[in-house]
Amino acid sequence: MYRYDEFDQSVVDRRVDQFRDQTQRFLRGELTEDEFRPLRLENGLYIQKHAPMLRIAIPYGLVSARQLRMLARISREYDRGYGHFTTRQNLQLNWPRLEDVPDILALLATVQMHAIQTSGNCVRNTTTDPLAGVARDEIVDPRPWAELVRQWSTIHPEFAFLPRKFKIAITGATVDRTAALVHDIGAQAVRDHRGEVGFRVFVGGGQGRTPMIAYTIREFLPANELLNYFDAILRVYNLHGRRDNKYKARIKIIVKEMTPPVFTRQVEAEWERIRGGPGTVPGDEIERLARFFTDPPYQDFARDSVAYRAAIADSRPFSRWAARNVKPHKRKGYAIVTLSLKRTGTPPGDVTAADLEAIADLTERYSFREARVTHEQNLVLADVLQNDLHSLWMRLQQLGFATPNIGLLTDIVCCPGGDFCSLANAKSIPIAEAIQRRFDDLDYLYDLGDLELNMSGCMNACGHHHVGNIGILGVDKNGEEWYQVSIGGAQGNEASLGKVIGPSFAAADVPDVIVRLVDVYVENRHEDEHFIETVRRIGIVPFKERVYATAH
Amino acid sequence: MPQLIKNAALVDDAWSLRREVSSLAELGAGTREIVPLPFWLAHRDALIARGDVGVWLAPDADPEALAADVGAVPVIAVDFPAFTDGRGYSIGRLLRDRFGFKGELRAIGDILRDQLFALAECGFDAFLIRSDRDAAAALAGLRDFASIYATTSRTPQPWFRRRKEGPEKPVSAGAA
Repeated sequence: MYRYDEFDQSVVDRRVDQFRDQTQRFLRGELTEDEFRPLRLENGLYIQKHAPMLRIAIPYGLVSARQLRMLARISREYDRGYGHFTTRQNLQLNWPRLEDVPDILALLATVQMHAIQTSGNCVRNTTTDPLAGVARDEIVDPRPWAELVRQWSTIHPEFAFLPRKFKIAITGATVDRTAALVHDIGAQAVRDHRGEVGFRVFVGGGQGRTPMIAYTIREFLPANELLNYFDAILRVYNLHGRRDNKYKARIKIIVKEMTPPVFTRQVEAEWERIRGGPGTVPGDEIERLARFFTDPPYQDFARDSVAYRAAIADSRPFSRWAARNVKPHKRKGYAIVTLSLKRTGTPPGDVTAADLEAIADLTERYSFREARVTHEQNLVLADVLQNDLHSLWMRLQQLGFATPNIGLLTDIVCCPGGDFCSLANAKSIPIAEAIQRRFDDLDYLYDLGDLELNMSGCMNACGHHHVGNIGILGVDKNGEEWYQVSIGGAQGNEASLGKVIGPSFAAADVPDVIVRLVDVYVENRHEDEHFIETVRRIGIVPFKERVYATAH
Repeated sequence: MPQLIKNAALVDDAWSLRREVSSLAELGAGTREIVPLPFWLAHRDALIARGDVGVWLAPDADPEALAADVGAVPVIAVDFPAFTDGRGYSIGRLLRDRFGFKGELRAIGDILRDQLFALAECGFDAFLIRSDRDAAAALAGLRDFASIYATTSRTPQPWFRRRKEGPEKPVSAGAA
């Protein structure tokens, strides 16, 4: 993984000093609440329902054993011994004290981590494919590009006060695993007819109150122009994005109001003026960054593991886990393992300090001392020997991370909701748990196959409900918590937004509603058809009729 | 006590800011004044001939309106009605980088210590600190960072072009 040089370290260290000074001035009354708010937000610090909430950046989701141990230590010493992995591949602490935050940031800096721009109206943590470097469908490893973008966006002085937050996803594979089409900017590596690598660039996607699928602003951008092009997009947005209404301030709104062709012309004109300038990325710089992401010292295998095949044949539980939680690796004899943070009874994405340390141990034993955070709030060990899969599985069962539900209905993406978040209209975690308890039959779940269920406690959509095959949104009706259900959303290359099926439901009815939706799917599906495909084929009406026929 | 920071030092302000002005007669003789962009555009020949009049831009102004005047106007000010309104950063960059303005580029309005570094990177060299704040203390804000990664007006070469050639020097307390 990337390692800071002296310059990188100095930027992060000075950011800690700056924020320590800002915090002290705030505590002395020299900065007002309004003046301090954007400063703390750009260091990841929210003031939440019960306490401050600190969002720690995990750049493009990549984290080392040493960093995991530091996160464990911080959560134990400064919080209540647990944290929450988010859909932005970050880690949130829910109970730090404001006056401790500078010390927490200083500790993070000792392991080359920070909380810079994890909130606020600025460029947020850039996300990428959790399978970067090991996926079989990769055109280019996105991590050097993601690190380049991390550096470029860090304290970018022109874009410190954008109209609204700004999220970028970069993928190097043919299958998009980053939800690029619901980002402010998505960049997907492609090759042109000469075989040159570049990026297809998407703009104006987003979730939240007004969800939109991004449009393609450029089919092929020469790779070395990536930062110039991003500068051009952000400059047009910074100058023209709406600042009169925070709910209309995301780039998607200005793209829509200007219309995509007009927005494109402005960006392209801006790009033409800076194209080829100093922001053009030299080949040797991307090569330098790529040297931090070379293959680990793999062993050579002529064929896949015989012992692994035998273990699958031997044990149904193991074969279930292998089918759902293990993915093929680009190298023979290796596998990609997803640790499910979705066991029933634990809020999705939550880990304790002891869990973080145990995971650090696992990365050392099984996967070259690194893990990745997925935007579905699970963790990935990317480089596991197939010969080790059975022993890893045994260990994961002890730790509670072996639930064989990756991509299944109970692999619920979920924000912290009304239990923690002051923005939420409704709780999300107890609803997720009620659904998980209702679908506790593993054979049935397994038979249902791929089905993404995403839930957000409010329309800010941190739980990505718009792109859930089934989406649940917490809403407030006269001070009561209700839940609106949508179907037909999807992430990936064919991203789509879910459609609301009708009036919202009381919390207690939500599991029944999900059962009815699933029943309609089971009755109507063609062979090998996933839930989303059935919804696309038959439309939402049959689902709607079933749900509302009996629900009063 | 001066409220103006120029070239990283507190200085007495030689200019006065005219938020509104309706006629040339309102401008005193030999008084250095900064007038609104619409007024500048309406009277540009007379104002350029005087040589002692500057212009200020609202955040929704198009700096291209001054493209032909950048060599003739001694001071351009950009207004920040709220420090969270970031349009002025891009306006500063356009005035410096695209239109080649070499004179004093002044940030006015809700100008506070914690934004000075970013403003300076975007080409501003003068900062009129909000009147209720200690401008001497605000000077420290210019030194929050030595420099950053991106291409900026003050530092046109991004870090990846400035970094010294030679052996890598990873920090010993590495992430791995």
